[in-house]
Amino acid sequence: MADRDLKPTTALRDGFGQALLELGRKNPNVVVLTADLAESTRAHWFAEEFPERFFELGVAEQNMMGIAAGMALSGKIPFVCSFAAFNPGRNWDQLRVGVCYSKANVKVIGGHAGFSDGGDGGTHQALEDIAITRCLPNLAVVSPADARQAYQAVFAVAEHKGPVYLRVSRSGPYHLPGVRTGEFTQGKFELGKAQVVNKGKDVTLVATGLMVAEALIAADQLLKDGIDAEVINVHTIKPLDKETVAKSVERTGALVTIEEHQRAGGLGSAVLEVLAGEVSVPVEVLGVDDKFGETGPPAELAAKHGLTAAKIVKASHQVIRQKNSKTFVFC
Amino acid sequence: MKIDELPALANTIRRDIIEMLVQAKSGHAAGPLGMAEVFTALYFHVLRHDPQRPNWPDRDRLVLSNGHICPVLYAAMARAGYFPISELKTYRQLGSRLQGHPSRLDFPGLENSSGPLGQGYSQAVGMALALKMEGRTAQVYCVSSDGEHDEGQVWEAAMAAAKYRLHNLAVIIDRNNIQIDGHTEDVMPLESLRAKYEAFNWYVIEIDGHNIREIIEACEMAKAVFEKPVAIIARTIPGKGVDFMQWRPEWHGKAPTPAEAQKALRELRSLGGRVKRDED
Repeated sequence: MADRDLKPTTALRDGFGQALLELGRKNPNVVVLTADLAESTRAHWFAEEFPERFFELGVAEQNMMGIAAGMALSGKIPFVCSFAAFNPGRNWDQLRVGVCYSKANVKVIGGHAGFSDGGDGGTHQALEDIAITRCLPNLAVVSPADARQAYQAVFAVAEHKGPVYLRVSRSGPYHLPGVRTGEFTQGKFELGKAQVVNKGKDVTLVATGLMVAEALIAADQLLKDGIDAEVINVHTIKPLDKETVAKSVERTGALVTIEEHQRAGGLGSAVLEVLAGEVSVPVEVLGVDDKFGETGPPAELAAKHGLTAAKIVKASHQVIRQKNSKTFVFC
Repeated sequence: MKIDELPALANTIRRDIIEMLVQAKSGHAAGPLGMAEVFTALYFHVLRHDPQRPNWPDRDRLVLSNGHICPVLYAAMARAGYFPISELKTYRQLGSRLQGHPSRLDFPGLENSSGPLGQGYSQAVGMALALKMEGRTAQVYCVSSDGEHDEGQVWEAAMAAAKYRLHNLAVIIDRNNIQIDGHTEDVMPLESLRAKYEAFNWYVIEIDGHNIREIIEACEMAKAVFEKPVAIIARTIPGKGVDFMQWRPEWHGKAPTPAEAQKALRELRSLGGRVKRDED
């Protein structure tokens, strides 16, 4: 099979699927499981080349996670592939006890995350997956920003000994930053190491997944207003790279977090948990505000919930105003 | 160990169970007592294992899915030499390897962690799949219970085991007819269990779960069945061996008081002519 060219616009799932195939060629211990969603998650590219290491388990996510745990305890490296709404949505108990409690080396792939499955509506739009995974001991949580990073992440995740949740979008970034098109994930992917993708001094924008691109567009717009924004791509939400984030926030004195996820329990919460008691700055947490999704084009849904460069710009002005005012209240 | 010696050992394991429960002041009584013969047969005759090498790749796997009956697992493992018998008294104590439900990270000699029902079953399927892929001849024995079969996950796993023709998997089902809230057929009717498994394309063996010869024969037969996973429905008496606990659902999930434990131990010691060797 010809390797696919990963462009900035390429869907994250394609980057994931390509890497999974190449990983299969390199590591005979890698096995792939799916619950009737092989093509949608791009696990089928692996399946075509390695049918003997591919397990189609039907619409039974709980059993799939349990089987993966059993295979991991027998030395395999299972990649469990389905939509994030079901995996870990439907099989969270199996993830908690079968995988995390035993520290089984299972890689959980949550596809169609966020609003990227627009047409299917609120039932299928996983906006809670980061919250329900990052609270589990022993589990790492990874949320790449584009197809290239999803590709890189697969190898890092396989290398990591222990369970990992990998959040994968059905699409590529909803909009691309002009001057930096495709450059924001060029660097090496290191699990647990946040990437400063734009250096700045006035405000820190911490983003994950598709929102990294939005944050970069916002940084470009802020520059026109004379504001120099630092953008950090937190592709590993757990373990969170506290040092990189805290250093930046200490320097800029203002923080905006952006995620395609519920505000409750996601990236923003994770960042505030590590900064609490250490850094005191004005903060805005951008995310879905306690609402379910609905049918619609993903980019429009994201916009409806305020996940756009324009809103990030507005939030940045707000926190900078608070920083410069003597009466700011710390969040 | 000779088969003739195993009933006495099962009785010893029952006494271990009572002592663990009374020490812990909590835990499950009926299930562990009812499964004493099954675990004795497994650890002292059926399993190809080596307590000195718990990670031996070709060992047979014993996956306990209904984790709450772990006192019988711990007692059998201790008697088999996995750890000192004196450690049994740490069951459910802070800092013990012998957690209230099996925890593999705390105690690496265990194959799996279990507690939430249905999970060990799927893990056993996963282990059997992995062993089959590698061409290993090790057998996977999963211990499950009738109440556990209320879980949808059990049937998901049963379908998958048949799909992959896991001839190296045998699930031993403790058919003791009780669960926490009462009798299984009142809580959620399970019969015909045999017909259900046969419809799922499994090979089914029904045995008296207190007859050690029948347990051993069923496990041997399970190895000889090709292309199909095997369900061994072991009919057992919950609380077996202790008169005031037998058949009573209220003993599913509680521990005896010291006075009750004394009474139980007295009864277990005095099985008279049926027990050939008594260590006390």
